[in-house]
Order: sequence, then C-alpha cells, then structure tokens
Amino acid sequence: MTGIDLGKKERIDRLAQLTATGPDEAGVSLTRDAFRRLRRNPVAIIGAILVTVFVFVAAFAPLLAPKNPKTLYLLSETTPRFIPGSRDGFPLGVDHLGRDELSRLILGSQQSLLIGVLSTLMGLTVGMALGILAGGLGGKVDTVVMRFVDIMLSVPGLLMAITIALLLGFNQFSITVAIAVTQVPIFARLLRGSMLAQRNSDYAVASRCLGVPTSKIVFGHVLPNSVSPVIVQATLSLATAIIEAAALSFLGLGNADRSIPEWGSMLAEAQQFLTVAPRLAVYPAICIIITALGFTLLGESLREALDPKFRR
Amino acid sequence: MLRFIARRLLQLIPILFGLSVLLFVWLRNLPGGPARALLGERATAEDVEAINEALGLNDSIFVQYGRFVGRVFQLNFGTSIQTGRPVTTEFLQRFPGTIELTAFAILFAIVIGIPLGYLAARRHGGVLDSASVIASLLGVTVPVFFLAYLLRFAFSVELNVFPGSGRQDVRIDATHPTGFFVLDGLLTREFDAALDAFLHLVLPGIALGTIPLAIIVRITRASVLDVINEDYVRTAESKGLAASTIRRRHILRNAMLPVATTIGLQTGLLLSGAVLTETVFAFGGVGSFLADSIFARDYAVLQGFILILAVVYVLVNLLVDISYGLIDPRVRVR
Repeated sequence: MTGIDLGKKERIDRLAQLTATGPDEAGVSLTRDAFRRLRRNPVAIIGAILVTVFVFVAAFAPLLAPKNPKTLYLLSETTPRFIPGSRDGFPLGVDHLGRDELSRLILGSQQSLLIGVLSTLMGLTVGMALGILAGGLGGKVDTVVMRFVDIMLSVPGLLMAITIALLLGFNQFSITVAIAVTQVPIFARLLRGSMLAQRNSDYAVASRCLGVPTSKIVFGHVLPNSVSPVIVQATLSLATAIIEAAALSFLGLGNADRSIPEWGSMLAEAQQFLTVAPRLAVYPAICIIITALGFTLLGESLREALDPKFRR
Repeated sequence: MLRFIARRLLQLIPILFGLSVLLFVWLRNLPGGPARALLGERATAEDVEAINEALGLNDSIFVQYGRFVGRVFQLNFGTSIQTGRPVTTEFLQRFPGTIELTAFAILFAIVIGIPLGYLAARRHGGVLDSASVIASLLGVTVPVFFLAYLLRFAFSVELNVFPGSGRQDVRIDATHPTGFFVLDGLLTREFDAALDAFLHLVLPGIALGTIPLAIIVRITRASVLDVINEDYVRTAESKGLAASTIRRRHILRNAMLPVATTIGLQTGLLLSGAVLTETVFAFGGVGSFLADSIFARDYAVLQGFILILAVVYVLVNLLVDISYGLIDPRVRVR
C-alpha cells in the first residue's frame, strides 16, 4: 500500500527465492554468518540504533516525558492565530490546545510501537498459518489457500484497510486489525514460496523416504529453513505499519479520543494550523520518518545478510 | 494470446466474488442496521420490524446476497447523504480528475525515474548511485500526506507559485464537456483554463508521484544492473556496435520489461489510492470525496467507491498482465 508493493506477487516470490536458505549450506551456520555480516554493515548499525532509540523512548515514555501530555498548560495564550513556540519548560513549544509538544511526541511513540508490533504480529501469525498450510501440504490445499490469498492481494491495501477499519469502528484496535489484514497475504505468499523451494530438497525427500510424518517434516525441517524471508519482511512491515497507521488516523479512522497523543492524528490536526505553526506538522512527521527509516534500513540489511548470494 | 486473455478474465470471477461478499457483510453490519439508520434512534420495535420486512431483511441471507449482487450489476449503490445524488453519478463526475492527476504523477515518475535509475546503474557504486539508493529509501518512508503538506506549504502558501487546492480557479468559468479539465480547456480553446487546470495538477501530482518515482528508480537500476552484465551485451560491445545502439536495443529493451510492469501496477494503485494526496490538496477527485465520506459517515458512497475502485484496480492489473504478454513473448508460453 504505502508504495512498497510493486508487483506484489513478483516481489514476494523473488524475496522468497533470494533469501531462502540453500539446501547444501555447510560450515558456519547461516544465522551466525548473517549476524556477523550484519554487525559489520554500517547501514544495519544505523538502522539498529534508530530502532533501539525508538523502542527505548516508547517503553519509558511516561518517565521521559517532562510534562503531562494531556494538560492544557498554555491554553490561555493560544489563539487560532498564535501558538506559542519554544520557550522555558516547553523546548518544542505547545500545540493548538496549549499542550506540551515534546511530551506528546514522546507519548505518541507508544501508540506507533503498539500498532506496529501488534499488527505485524497478527499479520505474521495468520499469514504464517496460511503459508504453512499451503506450502506444507501442497496440492489442493495449496490451490485453495493461494486463491484466497491472491484475492486479498488484488485489493489495493489502503482501500482494504479503510474498509476493515470502518467495519470495526473508530478506535486504535480496528486500525491495528486493518493493517494486519493487509499484511496477511504478503506473509502467506512469502512463506509458501520459500517452503515450496525447500519441500523437494534432499533432506526433505530423505525424511519422507524414512517415513517421518508430514507434520514433523514440515515443522522440524522445512519451516526452520524457510523463515528467513519472513523475518526480513516482518522488519520491513513494521515500517509500513507505522506509516499506514499514521495514514489511517490522518483520514479520521483513528481513535475517537483525541487526547491520547498519536503521531498520525497530531499530523492531521496540524493541517489546520499550517500557516500559524508549521512545526506542529514537521515534528510528528520527522518522528514517523525516522522510525520507519530505522526499520527499513534494518530490514534491508537483514535481507542482504541472509541472502546467500552475498556470502563471503 | 486470446486464450491467455480469457484465462486472465476467468481469474477475475473469484476476486469479484470475494470482494462482493466482503462488502455485503459490511452492509449488513452497519451500526444500528438499515432500519435504525432510516428511522432514527427512537424507532419502535414494530416499526423496525415493518422496515425489515419491507426491505426484505427477513429473507434468507442467500436471497439477500442475490439481491445485493443484482443491485451492484445495475451500478445502483444508493445516494450520497452529503449531496443527495446517486453514488454512481458522484463517481463519474470525480473520476476524470483522479485520472488526470494519476497521469501527471506517473509521467513525472517515468520522466525522472528511468533516466536516473539508468545513470545510477551505469555509475554503479558512484555518488549518483548511492544518492539514488538513499533517496529512493527515503521516498518510501516519507508519509505521502506529509510530503503533500510540505509542497503545499512551500510552493503555495509561502512562495505562491502554484495553486494549492482544488482543480481549477473558481473564478474561471470554463465549460467541461468531458470532465478532464485540461483536455476540456484545449477542446474548447479556452487555453487559460487549460493552463490553470494544469498548474493545479503540479503540486499534488509531484506529491503523488514520489513513491512511484522511488520505486521506478530502484527497479530500473536493479534491472539495468542485471542486463549490462549479460553475455549478449558484451558480445554487442565486442562486435563494435555504437554505444547508443547497445543502449537502446540491447540494454534498455530488455531492462524495461520489469519497469513496464511496475509502471502499470503503480498506475492502478494511484488510481485507487490517491486518497491521502487529494485530501491535502482538496483536489475534488475520487480520493478526497472518499475521505470526506469517512468523516461524514456516508456509507453508501464508501461502499460504492471502494467496490468500483477495487474493480478498476483489478482491471488495470489485468491490462498490465495482458500488455506484458504482448511486450514479452516469453510470458505467453508459460
């Protein structure tokens, strides 16, 4: 939806193909090797730092925030034509209701983290379940599941998310589910693709000949070797989820209670005061961009690290 | 080729079926139900029952679904509570604007994206290459509506070089035979109106075009990088062919295949997804009306627009698939 879905199917399949573990890897375990390369990649380090800072701020937000984000400190000085900027005690100024902007930004990280992580987890769980069904069992199950997944992929993500959010009502939870639903088909197709690549590898065939039950082959052998593209995608999805959450609350689908700070709705509210205080739009946007960039950089370098093509 | 198209058309059926079920379920779960929506909060139980009977809501769910599909086929989505006009009329009136905007955005992305991607690949590892990679990463992480804000603030509010809202200046009294404002101006020889409508496209078009731009740069770069190391390019070089011939006939022709698909897919996405950009610029296309309908809880419009846009998206993707079969004969064989 937010642009990263170029030729969704092709992209997903390619990613599955590229990052699936080769059947004949020997020597250092791929995970260890990937981690070693990750540590040497400056892009990965920048990404990791950004993500760590974001998670730290979100986790300790109530302690870090200098003021109460809901208190209308400078309401009396705030008019539609003047919003006090930076001053003593309010390093980033106040918003249109006189609330401390810095504290609202800090508290806002919680909502973004919550929506990002929860929606990605939901999408990941359902998507992986479908992927395992299709990729593990193959045959008719595969056809039925993949038709279903293709139908989901064929609806533009933003429209799908709007529909689901409207169905579930105007709150944070419905946004989370809406984003999760758009991610389900991506994870399903990705995992199925990389599991199919593993299904006919020597070790899988060998276990089948030995009479190992299908469930054991799927969960014990095929699945562990197929998850790396899914991990990469999950990291990238966190970035998309945060941007999408902002977009949905920008469209008024977010929490009806506007006193809870959230970057997307802060940005939406700031539009009314663009000429008076453009900074009110700039601050939350910078937060969104930096966070999304952190996850994207981490995800991209993870993809490179797990790609056997780049192994040295 | 015909068989290829027929197969693709058949694949439409399950997609449309799935979509219609989703929207049907949605329709039935409107807050309070249709009877409450019609009668208001204080309706008595008997009144609700009477309406349910009259609307056929007591029939079996399959009969109701059948009726819903029947209405959809007649393109009857009800009337908008904002304007009181049929949803289909509202859609047809606004869609040309969205098409114009999409065309501008995609052209902007192509004209800048392909040369940039090509140059980045030719100077692989150079400054331009790194810059284009970073820029394209940024392009997909900046929320599109924020970029729209920035452009509007800088070029419309502060510098006042481009108009920042609407599709045409309200003071211009132009006739609109087709609904495509730029085209209308040219057709009716009201060139100032055409120019004004075009200027109104610039800022939203650039905002909307950045994500496709970022993606086109990335795909072009990756695709050219793949192709320039192919044997046939080296052969062409060692044969002593002119550099321009190699570029045109050997590199670009092969490298453009994935780019063409990307452009097609992005076009479909923009047609259906200009909601955010159009809202910031109050553009008056399909997307901004969709966003207004969310705030107004105009469910008839939301359902109708979403269904039509999803079908448009699916159809554009179908066209992309078919045209891909035309450009690349290898696809047809598979």
